[in-house]
Amino acid sequence: MQGNGIEIRWHGRGGQGAKTAALLLADVCFKTGAYVQGFPEYGPERMGAPITAFNRISKDEIRVHSNIYTPDLVVVVDESLLTSVDVTSGLKEEGAIIVNTPKSADEIRPLLKGYTGRVYTVDARKISVEALGKYFPNSPMLAAAVAVSKVMERDEFISEMQASYEHKFAKKPEVIEGNMKALNMTFDALTEGAGL
Amino acid sequence: MAKKDRMSGNEAVAYAIKQINPDVMPAFPITPSTEIPQMVSTYIANGEIDTEFIPVESEHSSMSATIGAEAAGARSLTATSSCGLALMWEELLLAASNRMPVVLALVNRTLSGPININCDHSDAMGARDTGWIQIYAESNQEAYDNFIQAYPIAEDPRVHLPVMICQDGFITSHAVMNIELLEDKEVKDFVGTYRPEEYLLNPGNPMAVGPYSVSNYAMEARRNQELALEASKDVIIEVAKKYKELSGRGFELFEEYRTEDADYIMLIMGSAAGTAKQAVDDLRAQGKKVGVLKLRVFRPFPAEEIAKALKNCKAAAIMDRTESYNGHGGPLASEVQAGLYREKIMIETICYTYGLAGRDFTVDHVYEIFGELEDCAENGTKYEQHRYIGLR
Repeated sequence: MQGNGIEIRWHGRGGQGAKTAALLLADVCFKTGAYVQGFPEYGPERMGAPITAFNRISKDEIRVHSNIYTPDLVVVVDESLLTSVDVTSGLKEEGAIIVNTPKSADEIRPLLKGYTGRVYTVDARKISVEALGKYFPNSPMLAAAVAVSKVMERDEFISEMQASYEHKFAKKPEVIEGNMKALNMTFDALTEGAGL
Repeated sequence: MAKKDRMSGNEAVAYAIKQINPDVMPAFPITPSTEIPQMVSTYIANGEIDTEFIPVESEHSSMSATIGAEAAGARSLTATSSCGLALMWEELLLAASNRMPVVLALVNRTLSGPININCDHSDAMGARDTGWIQIYAESNQEAYDNFIQAYPIAEDPRVHLPVMICQDGFITSHAVMNIELLEDKEVKDFVGTYRPEEYLLNPGNPMAVGPYSVSNYAMEARRNQELALEASKDVIIEVAKKYKELSGRGFELFEEYRTEDADYIMLIMGSAAGTAKQAVDDLRAQGKKVGVLKLRVFRPFPAEEIAKALKNCKAAAIMDRTESYNGHGGPLASEVQAGLYREKIMIETICYTYGLAGRDFTVDHVYEIFGELEDCAENGTKYEQHRYIGLR
C-alpha cells in the first residue's frame, strides 16, 4: 500500500468469522498505536457464501476506502474456497498466504495458480477443537495473521488479546481460556512447523 | 480531553447520539443503517441515556413520528438508508416545510433495482429537492463530527430546518478505523439544551402545525423556507468554527486539498474523497499539479464558492455517485456547471458517474481520470462530456 503499511485480504464463508477476525486484528493493532482499517465486503447475505474482509495497518493515516487488490498477505479461512475463488489474485510475490487446512504448504501450493511466494498452513480445526472443544477458526487464523505479518510481537499480541477477550466475553468468561490457548497453540505450530 | 478510539461509522454516529441524549428516536431497521438504532436502543436499555425509542412499522411512520415528537417540543431524530428514505419522501417535505429541526442519520445505499445493499448516493440525491440540509462525510470521524454539529445548525432560529447527516454505506458505516472522540460533557455543552420557541405541548401558547394554507400564503411560506436554507450557509460555517475551537478539527462547506496551484481538480463527495486525496499525493510526487475539492455541504449548494474555487484550473472532473438519467451526468454535474456558467468561468469539465451500487472506486480510477483531464486540456483530445468510470 501507499505509505508505511501492510494490506491484508481475508477469504472466508459467511458465518465463519473472517469479518470478525479482520475487525479483531484492527482492534488489537489499534492498541499498539497504529492507524487501522478493518472492513468486510458483503456479497449475498447467507451462511456459507464466500465473503471477503480487509485490513490496512499503517504508521500513517489511512485515507483510501477501496478494497485491496495487491495484498501483502492473504488469509484463507476455508480451504474449499481455493478451487472457487482466485485467492492469490494480486498477492505480492514477496508477500505470503496462510491457508486453514490439515495439509502441508507443499500440498497446498499446487492449488495456488503458480504463486511463488511464501505459503503457510494452519490446522485451525484441530487447534480449535483441542483448545475450545468446538470449531471456531477465527482465533487461530487471527494468531496466524499476526505471526506471519509480524504487525506486532507475540507477547504484546497475547496480552492485548487477553484484555480484549475479557471485555468481549465478559458474560461468557469460560471461553476466554480456550481462545487464548488457541492463539498460543497457533503461534507454537507456526514457529515450529514453518520456522517463523 | 479527546479520547482516541476505533469505531465503525455506525458506531461513531450511535456514540454521538448517546453523547447528545436526544429526546425521541423513532426508527425502523434497514441495511446498512440498522446498527444505529440497534446500538442506541442498547444504550437506552442499559440506562445510559433516557431517549424515548419508538419502534415503528415503516420508515413512513418513523419520519412521521419524528416530526410529531419534534412538533411537540422534543429534540428528535431517526436513521435510515435507501428504500427507507424513499418511503419517507412525503414526510421529508413535511419536516422541511413545517420547519422542523430534526436530524436524520442517513447511511447512503443505492435505491433498487437491481436490488442491492451497497453504497451510492441515489437515496440522498433523490431527496435533494425536499428542503433538507445535506452534509456528507469522508470517514467515520467526519460522520461523528458532522452529527454533533447537526442540531446547532438545525435549531438555529435563522435556520429551523431538518439536517441529513450522510455517510457511505458499508464503506464507512461498517469499516472500523481510528477516531478521536470528545468528552460527553463537551458534546452536551456544544449541542446545548433544546429550548424550542414554539411547540405543541405548550398550553400557554396554542398553535397549529401543518394546517392547510390557501394560495395567498403558501408561496410565501415556500420562499421563506428557501431563504432559510440560503441563510443556513453562514450558520453551518459559524457552527464549524465553534466546533474547531472545541475539537481542533476544522470544516467548511467544502475542503480544498492541494488545489491552490492545481491545473486539474477532482470534485467529489463522501468516502471516495479520501481515495482521491491519496491518489493526488501519489501524482504530486510525480510532479503533476492536481487537487481534490471535497464537497461536504450539498444543500445549501455552494455554487458560487465552488465556481470560484475552480476558476484557475484547466479542467475539472465532476464526480457523481448517482445517475440523473438526463444524459449529462448527475446532480453535481448539473449544479456545478450551472454555477460555473453563472460566474462566466469557462473551464473544461468532464462529468463522471462512478461507484454505483457499491462498485469499487480506486486510486487507479483517480489516476485514469486525471490522465483524461490532462489529455483533454493539453492535447485538445475530445472526450464524451459524460462518462462512466469503473464500468465493465
